[in-house]
Amino acid sequence: MVELFFIYFAIMIVFCSVMVVIGKNPVHSVLWMLVMFFHVAGVYLMLNAEFLAATQIIVYAGAILVLFLFVIMLLNLRDEIVSEHSVDGWPAGLAIALGFLIVSVLSLVGFTVKATGPWSIEEVSRVTHTKALGGVLYTEYLLPFEVASLILLVAIVGAVVLAKKRLKS
Amino acid sequence: MVPLHWYLWLSAVVFSVGMFGFLTRRNVIIMFLSIELMLNGVNIGLVALSHYMQDLRGQVLTLFVIAVAAAEAAIGLAIVIAMFRNRQTVHVDEIKEMKG
Repeated sequence: MVELFFIYFAIMIVFCSVMVVIGKNPVHSVLWMLVMFFHVAGVYLMLNAEFLAATQIIVYAGAILVLFLFVIMLLNLRDEIVSEHSVDGWPAGLAIALGFLIVSVLSLVGFTVKATGPWSIEEVSRVTHTKALGGVLYTEYLLPFEVASLILLVAIVGAVVLAKKRLKS
Repeated sequence: MVPLHWYLWLSAVVFSVGMFGFLTRRNVIIMFLSIELMLNGVNIGLVALSHYMQDLRGQVLTLFVIAVAAAEAAIGLAIVIAMFRNRQTVHVDEIKEMKG
């Protein structure tokens, strides 16, 4: 049963990713990406990561994709749809990606890890997932968390500086 | 119980599709979407490893990846807007002023 769910999610994720990459119209690509993000959130739910599933939908589907759609709307790319959509050397790119795929799939056959950490499913569901994740985030990873907030601040300021019009003096 | 390497295969496939898109498409917006695909592929692998190792560190790392992806999308799309304003194009093969 769980395997069936996984196979459904995996097929949908791979199909949507391929549609994102080969689609001609950027708006269609963004909408396929939206479907793909919802299925990735489903995979997170299968892996008992409820908080990350919610974050995936809120941040990726709710914020990042809306940003992409806004930019596509601002740019008004009408001639984009009729023009050639791949670069000249695309077979080389296909070969590199396929080579990476084959090497990584073959190297992962039968790969397993030992459950060494303290956070078993029972422990996480006793503490609740958000609290457990927050506990790790705000103690062991406090400094990286602060650095992430700094990165987001730089992104806000940088986006404003890059996108605003130069003032003619 | 789904074996761990199924999740890692899924992660590798999504990463490869993103890699293919980044290397072959000439529209810079699709290239950014491909980067997001690659980051999502990595996230699936991280969460799966975190679940099977019963360790929350992988999920914390996934949160950081999501934060960095948001920052990268904001900066990247600002660059796209600046590029489109100056050159009226989003095709990367027409932007070659910096070629040495």
